[in-house]
Amino acid sequence: MPKYAMVIDQRRCIGCMACVVACKKENEVPPGDFRTRVVEKVEGEYPKLRMELRSELCNHCDNPPCVYNCPTGASYKNKETGMVLLKKYRCVGCKSCVAACPYDARYINEEKGFADKCTFCEHRIKEGKEPACVATCIGKSRIFGDLDDPKSAVSIALRENHAEVLLQSAGTKPRVYYIRKFGKPE
Amino acid sequence: MAVTSALPDKFLLWAEEQGMIKATYTATFCEMCFWKCGTMAKVLNGRVVKLEGNTAHPGARGKLCARGNAGAGLLYDPNRLKTPLISTGARGEGKYRKASWDEALSVVADKLNKIKQQYGPESVALFTHGTPTDHFLPLLSAYGSPNVGMPSFAQCRGPRDVGLELTFGEGIGSPERVDMVNSKVVVLFGSHLGENMHNSQVQDFAEAVGKGVKFVVIDPRYSIAAGKAHIWMPIKPSTDIALMLAWINIIISEGMYDKQYISSYANGFTELADAVKSYTPEWAARETDLPVQQIVETARLLGKNAPAVCVHPGRHVTWYGDDVQRTRCIGILMALLGTWGREGGAFFATKASFPKMAAKPFPEPGKAPLNLGGFPFAGGEGVTQAIRTATISGAPYPIKGWFVSGTNLMKSLPNQKETIEAIKKLDLLVAVDVMPFDTVMMADVILPECTYLERHDALAVGKGKSLTVSLRQPVVEPMYESKPGWWIAKELSKRLGAEEYFPWNTYEDKIKNQCSQWNVDYEQLKKVGTITIPNTATPFITVTNQPEFKTASGKIELYSKELKEKGFDPVPRYTNHQQPAPGEFRLVYGRSAVHTFSRSTNNAELSELFPENEVWVNSRKAKEMGIENNAYVVLVNQDGVKSNRIKVKATERIREDCVYMVHGYGTTSKELKNAYGKGADDQGLITRYAVDPICGGTGMRVNFVRFAKEGSNA
Repeated sequence: MPKYAMVIDQRRCIGCMACVVACKKENEVPPGDFRTRVVEKVEGEYPKLRMELRSELCNHCDNPPCVYNCPTGASYKNKETGMVLLKKYRCVGCKSCVAACPYDARYINEEKGFADKCTFCEHRIKEGKEPACVATCIGKSRIFGDLDDPKSAVSIALRENHAEVLLQSAGTKPRVYYIRKFGKPE
Repeated sequence: MAVTSALPDKFLLWAEEQGMIKATYTATFCEMCFWKCGTMAKVLNGRVVKLEGNTAHPGARGKLCARGNAGAGLLYDPNRLKTPLISTGARGEGKYRKASWDEALSVVADKLNKIKQQYGPESVALFTHGTPTDHFLPLLSAYGSPNVGMPSFAQCRGPRDVGLELTFGEGIGSPERVDMVNSKVVVLFGSHLGENMHNSQVQDFAEAVGKGVKFVVIDPRYSIAAGKAHIWMPIKPSTDIALMLAWINIIISEGMYDKQYISSYANGFTELADAVKSYTPEWAARETDLPVQQIVETARLLGKNAPAVCVHPGRHVTWYGDDVQRTRCIGILMALLGTWGREGGAFFATKASFPKMAAKPFPEPGKAPLNLGGFPFAGGEGVTQAIRTATISGAPYPIKGWFVSGTNLMKSLPNQKETIEAIKKLDLLVAVDVMPFDTVMMADVILPECTYLERHDALAVGKGKSLTVSLRQPVVEPMYESKPGWWIAKELSKRLGAEEYFPWNTYEDKIKNQCSQWNVDYEQLKKVGTITIPNTATPFITVTNQPEFKTASGKIELYSKELKEKGFDPVPRYTNHQQPAPGEFRLVYGRSAVHTFSRSTNNAELSELFPENEVWVNSRKAKEMGIENNAYVVLVNQDGVKSNRIKVKATERIREDCVYMVHGYGTTSKELKNAYGKGADDQGLITRYAVDPICGGTGMRVNFVRFAKEGSNA
């Protein structure tokens, strides 16, 4: 069984939001909620500036606080694929997971009364497609694949670049990696 | 299990997941902007639930931008035009009654016939953009008028195309034939790629960034592209020509130009070298507010990396009224660096083409066209504001009817007062569009076109590296009483006695016929959406692929005799532009990656991401004025015109002498329920425009604004 992961090559992200809309349409995300977003950060003083564009989504942690904090067993970690998923029928919408997630990756689908979040587009993976955000990523900034396959795009990207995870100190062991070397005006 | 079309997307997706219903995919091409990306529409139970890029299409390469992804938001926009409407009030009052197609078309045709009798057919003008042009321009020609105006010329790309045609004998095309992926250095003048979203071009941009190509971004604002750049040059607005003349001077005086290329292909080198001698880096530094060292170093960076240097000629270039000459500078730089027709520079379009279809020639207009406005190098797309001026003055002959399709003139033309004044003089204003945009809501008769997902349109022929043909076909049936543009044009032609120019029953018949004459398998095209004619690329100069320059001399014109003969500078010269007074800021505008001008601001998914525009102001300046970040202000321009309220973005990302906002906001159409009352209209503040005497382009970055408190009468 594959071990899925995503690599975000931040150098290639141009903040175009194609991923955000593709995700919303693919996963019928309600208005006002998002499973992914692009954070724009600018540091420095005119004219010495530095910009960071950072796509954020569920990190599908190997040490997932949302799963540990779920009182009903709705949130679970798929042992084989590594995806953090949700059994919707077991969810009571108590928001424990929303509070526990240090990445603000979850929301409550108010209409249907359950917690929701990125699934790495599990349904598309089963059809042999890439997640919707990856498929439409204009800059090929989002890379998806199997960490157990040394020839996969994610394995290559992680081998060839220095990558980091978000909030490493939280000890969540994320499955979303960031390549973050930024251009700086010289 | 029976499912009805009223079911929401979420149920349909669930039902699909359960294997209860199966999705179908239809290939077509997008019109959320005008790049025409191939798209595959996923349909569940008659409802479009997802759009994805077509891998076979060179503009999409399997990907869509945010707008393309949000296409169903246009299709299902509750504020769409649903039936033909006839005005019951004064123009601009927005009072309408529903009408049948027959009544609405008859009213339009009667009025058009009357104008023809009284004034002649030339007294009707067409303003158009996008695929509707393929239907309504033939209608205008069949009716007998030559007067078409597309804002894509005088308000956008015109000066660029003219500047390059004067230099190389051809433009850069759309999609622009730039080879950024193979460049070593790319230069962007104000071109905010990424925010200015044209799918495959931005894919190339990101690819180049990812490969470590050096970007030199010249922009008063720290754009996304500037954030990706090796060198950001925050130039004083309006001084780009000074920088380029200095670059040209350095490249020549330091012998960094491509001597072989220039001697083989170019004319006028000596005249150029003489003309730029006085433009020293020190002088340019004073004009541009950039460090001398940076000007010299960047010139050397270009020289060292030639010919794999892409000096991007931009797209929207109507800035200061000397825009043809600015593009001439870009062209001259490309020539000196030998990048035109070279890998990493600009490539040549394929020479392959499809045979021209035989068609009945249109009637010769009796009067000379007035849509060129007397500008010697105005293009075939026409000069919109020349038509507007003639409409107001009635000279050289009256213009009494405006037919407007796919363009929102109130938002695309500068000086709205003139647009309103012209509209008041009309006997007939007809609008064909999908949404109740500002200008649509001023029309006497509104004809609701269905969206791109519900109609056939002309085959899109792409001439990039290879020759391609793409099909637009309906994914779902037209909703409400909306109709395809081709149907509207054909029905009008019947009522105007011009049906012979539309000699087919349905547009699909026309397309099928075209395909058979072009040897394109129509059934295959229907399935795959885009067909590429193989082995037709000849992108770069080789011994056997020598370039042709369709200029007067047959060579690259560094010195333009054509310009000289018409009384213009044969080599670009720098002119000083007026600068804002203390307390004033130059108004600079641009684009958001998730919007297409004013056309997408009502889209649910897109307005969620970018609901309103903000005015960017340098944070030090904001502090000086006591203006807080995120506060709402109004802007007042030099003519006392006030904007709607707009949110302040106090930022380090912009110079102190200008402010910036995204174009297309502040709609006056109350029918756009999502967009109404949000953001400010840059075009409302653009009351002044600098006309390019060469081609008629309207420079629109010549307005100065002050900040006022919301609700004040400053």
